[in-house]
Amino acid sequence: MQVLINAQPVELPEGATVADALAALQARPPYAVAVNTQFVPATEHPRHPLHAGDRVEVISPVTGG
Amino acid sequence: MHNTSSTDDALVLYGQRFSSRLLLGTARYPSPAALKAAVERARPAMVTASLRRQGSNPAESGQGFWELLSSLNVPVLPNTANCHSVQEAITTAHMAREVFNTPWIKLEVIGDDYTLQPDTLNLVAAAETLVREGFYVLPYTTYDLVLCKRLVDVGCQAVMPWAAPIGTGRGPMNPYALQVLRERLDVPLLVDAGLGLPSHACQVMEWGYDGVLLNTAVALAQDPVAMAGAFADAVQAGRAARLAGAIEPQQAAQPSTPLMGTPFWHQA
Repeated sequence: MQVLINAQPVELPEGATVADALAALQARPPYAVAVNTQFVPATEHPRHPLHAGDRVEVISPVTGG
Repeated sequence: MHNTSSTDDALVLYGQRFSSRLLLGTARYPSPAALKAAVERARPAMVTASLRRQGSNPAESGQGFWELLSSLNVPVLPNTANCHSVQEAITTAHMAREVFNTPWIKLEVIGDDYTLQPDTLNLVAAAETLVREGFYVLPYTTYDLVLCKRLVDVGCQAVMPWAAPIGTGRGPMNPYALQVLRERLDVPLLVDAGLGLPSHACQVMEWGYDGVLLNTAVALAQDPVAMAGAFADAVQAGRAARLAGAIEPQQAAQPSTPLMGTPFWHQA
């Protein structure tokens, strides 16, 4: 199935979780995740299922005002 | 100068005490070293930071910035910069709470991209939800009195009106509105955005503002570190002046030197 990770299309196996999406992105901590504009806590990453078309956001700290 | 600030005049936000009344942004500095030196000079109460898609801007993100932020030893105030909807702002706040391990959030809900003016209606809605969820919400807002009252009504224990649009450096565009806000609201008020000069910061502190939050005026100065120190001193000077009690302006001149015994003096 295809999901969008940080707006980029990525192919993941059926049944993939947020943790699988993070692995596909080779995400480096610290980061936090939202799926379809809903926050997904770190404790849920290994069991939060993804579905085709889901929009996964993986964000990290940047400078800000 | 700022190092000597007395703890009995601490800035208190959500029950937490801060010895500085300056909050400093971390963006737009010429280098990470300049950012670090500016923070060390200003010794701010908090530094702001933000969240962006991982890998989107390696220069201003990544492990380097995270390590720098940790090394500053200053509480972090994450923002929801460039969020345009209630849901975006709430989700960003939750992500910030997890990443930075803090309940603090500078709540920005933008309603106009040219002026970066807050979406005032959605701001109140987002603030209400986040306060209920245990966040220490510092809302970035316009200086509209009734809007600021509504933010207090929904539980914000401090409000941050702009002086002018973000990054313009114009200083207080509407002194009347900012002063009325100070008279009408009892919660801590911090001016956030639009300051360009230390005199602007000093001015709003003289009006009774509890603190200022700024970024561009320091980061884009020719010497950001010196400007950080100038702003820190100005904030403290304005605060001291507020506590000292200023004189009322008078129409007529009143000699400061005694007239009695003036040599060569004669009645006209």
